[in-house]
Amino acid sequence: MRELTLHTDSITAVNATHEPLVQPPAPSTRHMILNMGPQHPSTHGVLRIVLELDGETILKAVPDIGFLHTGIEKECEVKTWQQVVTLTDRVDYLANLSNNLVYALAVEKLIGDIEIPAKAQWIRVMMAELQRLNSHLVWLGTHALDIGAMTVFFYCFREREDILRIFEMFSGQRMMTSYIRIGGLALEPPRGWQQAVGKFINAFPSKVDEYEELLNNNPIWKRRTQGVGFVPLEDLLDLGVTGPMIRAAGMKWDIRKDEPYSSYDQFDFEIPVHQENDVFARYRVRLEEMRQSARIIRQAVEGMPEGAWQANAPKIVLPEREKMKTQMEALIYHFKIVTEGFRVPAGEVYQVVESPRGEIGYYMVSNGTSKPYRVFMRTPSFGNLQSLSALLEGRLLADSIASLGSMDFVLGDVDR
Amino acid sequence: MLPDSLKDDAVAAALETALPEAITAGHAERNEPTLWIEPARIVEVCRYLKDQQKFIRLSGVTAVDWQPADPRFEVVYLLHSLVRKARLRLKCWVAESEPEIDSVSSVWRTADWYEREVFDMFGIRFRNHPGLTRILMPSDWEGHPLRKDYPVHGHKYSYQDE
Repeated sequence: MRELTLHTDSITAVNATHEPLVQPPAPSTRHMILNMGPQHPSTHGVLRIVLELDGETILKAVPDIGFLHTGIEKECEVKTWQQVVTLTDRVDYLANLSNNLVYALAVEKLIGDIEIPAKAQWIRVMMAELQRLNSHLVWLGTHALDIGAMTVFFYCFREREDILRIFEMFSGQRMMTSYIRIGGLALEPPRGWQQAVGKFINAFPSKVDEYEELLNNNPIWKRRTQGVGFVPLEDLLDLGVTGPMIRAAGMKWDIRKDEPYSSYDQFDFEIPVHQENDVFARYRVRLEEMRQSARIIRQAVEGMPEGAWQANAPKIVLPEREKMKTQMEALIYHFKIVTEGFRVPAGEVYQVVESPRGEIGYYMVSNGTSKPYRVFMRTPSFGNLQSLSALLEGRLLADSIASLGSMDFVLGDVDR
Repeated sequence: MLPDSLKDDAVAAALETALPEAITAGHAERNEPTLWIEPARIVEVCRYLKDQQKFIRLSGVTAVDWQPADPRFEVVYLLHSLVRKARLRLKCWVAESEPEIDSVSSVWRTADWYEREVFDMFGIRFRNHPGLTRILMPSDWEGHPLRKDYPVHGHKYSYQDE
């Protein structure tokens, strides 16, 4: 600020007869407005935060969102029910299977008389948990990178690559899988999937040990995360925060346990909870969640039920390719589903799922046609990001990076 | 008036007793209790449900455009009680001629952004909102994209013109 004054002084000296080009700030105002983003590496996407600073202290933090708004909710209204699945992938690109799952569950609830076979439900659980590992790995890698621990990033992306290969094996896609469909799955689980997933999951817990070894006793990591980003639990709940942030504040709330869906009640797992409610506690909760997810996946691999992987609902589920070529009914159903789509009974439904970031809820309205009338996506990142001001205001600017990272938001999920 | 399907619902019955005439209709299809609330009393009802019935969470606020119906819009509140492990949906009808309703952001702070989103997407104004501006669309945008009469493609500007 002093430099600025000097500069303007020199300008006024040259153009003595004119107004100064830059008005020097009045001596009493010491606050500075700082634009963080929309292009800033630690905002993990295009998020703009307007910060009002008093020295190093943040007085006010106002998030500005909408840069990634793609109008997915509007687009859903002109697609048939089955076509929307591909859009749900693109809402939260680190938790696409959770979005597939919540959409499929919501439509199945609207349809009512459709029974999903046990195998399909178990595969859904397994894929959703692999997705949780994937998302937490990306979070841990980038969060650690922000705070200055670079090695973790490479370790995390090494394991993430294995998970993406498994996704590719199942669905043919690494990121936009669209694997969970209305009435079951998109494809039959490929030959040899048990070996592939089993091999990964046997090695995984020791990898989590590696991350913890790198970070748990790392003095820099601890100094930068412990006691940072505290917001009382009541405020977090009032601000609409869900997921690991709530569990790191001491509340044992997980939708997988409270409102079980897709046969989660048949799995044995714990909900990790920490009391400290700081960035370090959020890190601990997510790492323990990774261990629990690995437990669920192992149970799924070992106890996978036999049987069909799609519901017996020819009007909703596409027929097998072979049947389509040999049977008249199958051909007709295929033609009807692909051209017109299927009709879903009128009504409304709100279905929730525990995504890696918290509560994903789809509120859907059907008016009895082959397209959704309204899809409202209650995304966890949007709710969590509202607590940003509470997390940053009154704290140091340097801590804002750690606090932001601990929220684990995805901007595609915020703006939809 | 409380419909028969919700007579056994403890929350709905308690609400009907505490604030008579606030409920105009309701149903419990697919085991999801839904209540239509008199729009003028929405804040009162939400305050009661939060303080007395432990609905400490608001999952979201959204709207549905039922054009050409009159009233045209339905504002939807998704409530959640962690203690009861129960969810409740409240709805209010809002007319197109005067698309206004009281803000519930004084009850749950999380309503702030959701109401801004509804304002942005549907053009429904929330009275007593702390800062009702557009949230996802640019501030100088015209029109409200999630209204049914707003086209999916080709609104004023087309990429083919370039």
